[in-house]
Amino acid sequence: MRTSRAEGAASYLVLIAMALGVLTPLLGLVLAAFHPPGAHVSGLSWPERFSWGNLATAWREGHFASLMGASLTVCLIVVPLTVVLASLAGYGLGGLRTPGRGGLGLVFLLGMTLPIEVVIVPLYRDLRDLHLTDSLITLSLVEAAAFLPFGVYWMRRTFASLPAELVEQALLDGAGPWQRLRWIEWPLARPAVATLAVLYFMWAWNQFLLVVTLISDPNRRTAPAGLGFFVAPHSTDLPLLSAASLIVIGPIVAVYLIFQRQFVAGLLAGASR
Amino acid sequence: MRADRPRSAAKAGLAPSGRSAKPVGRPGPGRRRQWSGLWFVLPALLLYGGLILYPAARTINLSLWRWDGVNQATWRGWANYVDVALDPILRGSILHAGLLIVFFSLIPVGLGLVWASLLTRRRIRGLAWFRLVFFLPQILPLVAVGVIWRWALAPQGLINQVLGWFGLDQGRAWLGEWDYALIAIGLIGAWVQSGLCMMLFMAGCGRIDRELYEAVRLDGAGPWREFWAVTWPGLRSEVGLALTVTVIAALASFDIVFVTTNGSPGHRTDVPGLLIYQRLVAGDLGHAAALAVVLSGLVLLAALATSRLSRSGEER
Repeated sequence: MRTSRAEGAASYLVLIAMALGVLTPLLGLVLAAFHPPGAHVSGLSWPERFSWGNLATAWREGHFASLMGASLTVCLIVVPLTVVLASLAGYGLGGLRTPGRGGLGLVFLLGMTLPIEVVIVPLYRDLRDLHLTDSLITLSLVEAAAFLPFGVYWMRRTFASLPAELVEQALLDGAGPWQRLRWIEWPLARPAVATLAVLYFMWAWNQFLLVVTLISDPNRRTAPAGLGFFVAPHSTDLPLLSAASLIVIGPIVAVYLIFQRQFVAGLLAGASR
Repeated sequence: MRADRPRSAAKAGLAPSGRSAKPVGRPGPGRRRQWSGLWFVLPALLLYGGLILYPAARTINLSLWRWDGVNQATWRGWANYVDVALDPILRGSILHAGLLIVFFSLIPVGLGLVWASLLTRRRIRGLAWFRLVFFLPQILPLVAVGVIWRWALAPQGLINQVLGWFGLDQGRAWLGEWDYALIAIGLIGAWVQSGLCMMLFMAGCGRIDRELYEAVRLDGAGPWREFWAVTWPGLRSEVGLALTVTVIAALASFDIVFVTTNGSPGHRTDVPGLLIYQRLVAGDLGHAAALAVVLSGLVLLAALATSRLSRSGEER
């Protein structure tokens, strides 16, 4: 494509400036975490001596051992559950001639626009009466329910776009709906499933509002919720606070770096609901 | 179970695809309705219905009562909604959310459009790296984003440091100032959302026919005309999508505000999500529910309006 040299240089300049804009605040956080405990960090500053103690202190004082365990438990329940349920429902709505599938699709579509705020009032109240709060299983089920509409939509679109010849062939072979899903459609949909799983992991890890309303014991919450309540009492100790944040974002950044392709596909598609 | 496998699944995959393919979104083979399909939908529907739809309906009901969650509830009818409309704090939170739309949606979409149109005019080396960086704010827990920016916007923070290079540092605590706190929160949102908008638009630009660009350039159009004649019409649906996602994020924000200002100074940075949570915990369920219903209504309206834009884009 014919564009001027100067314009090309300008493009890179813009890109690099924006990348710096994104990375600098993060870098500031990382550097702050390695300053001596309680130090007054001003702006972006290189610590004279790297002190690793903040991470250990934050881990201990923030009870992050149990918080991270809770986060992991929630992810391990939410991701498989939602992926399986969304695949089944998506197949029922997009792969089969289920009666009423149009209306059911709309019901799930509605869920994609409902903010979490609209369910927390009765959940907070009613689940308490039933003694179901303060449980990671309850929390996981509610998160799964909240995340399902997107997955159903996503899998429905995936199954609906599979080539019809394959399905016809399977039908000629006398395969029922279940065998078709198990042996033909699910394997073909695997890339879409992987993307969905990665998105679900991220949502489950990052969820905040549901966690603080459904679990009242601060030490049994998930890592981001723990961080949210770690801030106020430690607001003057920036290195400690930064270290706690690093602990919370570490796993999700690691997963992001490993599964970048799925993340990019998922975030772009997640937006195109 | 292996025996169940239709033997020709692999063969089918290799079948010549020269035949005219069935239209996508297939009606499927066999015209019969498949009632068994309902079994596949049922588990998801039960979970979603029981833990989202039913509570949402109950929120509507709760919004008509005064209830502390313990004692007898008393009927209030529309009174809670009147309070949402008239009470300066409750109404203020909705106005704040409206202002946040400017920062969470309009600025990122504007910036994203400029950048995307700059960047798709030529091949960019290292695009994958840039993409990795620009998406980073999207995957971070918003609570952690809040902590990062609490520091960056503090009197001794990064923003004042950068301003200081230009002699503009006045040691402001941006998140603590009456006039700037909400704008500061808005800028955090812009930081989170801009990368997503840009990547969406770049993906959209990739789908625009290159020949259209060549054509307007042959007509002697500059970058400005090129943008309005080709890029903008080609990106209509992506702009609609970006607006949908970011407007919802602006209206339903909670995490960032909770961590950075928690509504202070005064009630300058209250947003609906924050007040719903605070009223809920304080035992004012009626107002929490009414505000939640109003918020959902606004989100639904916004989603309908913006998806309209993206749909009219697809009809091009």
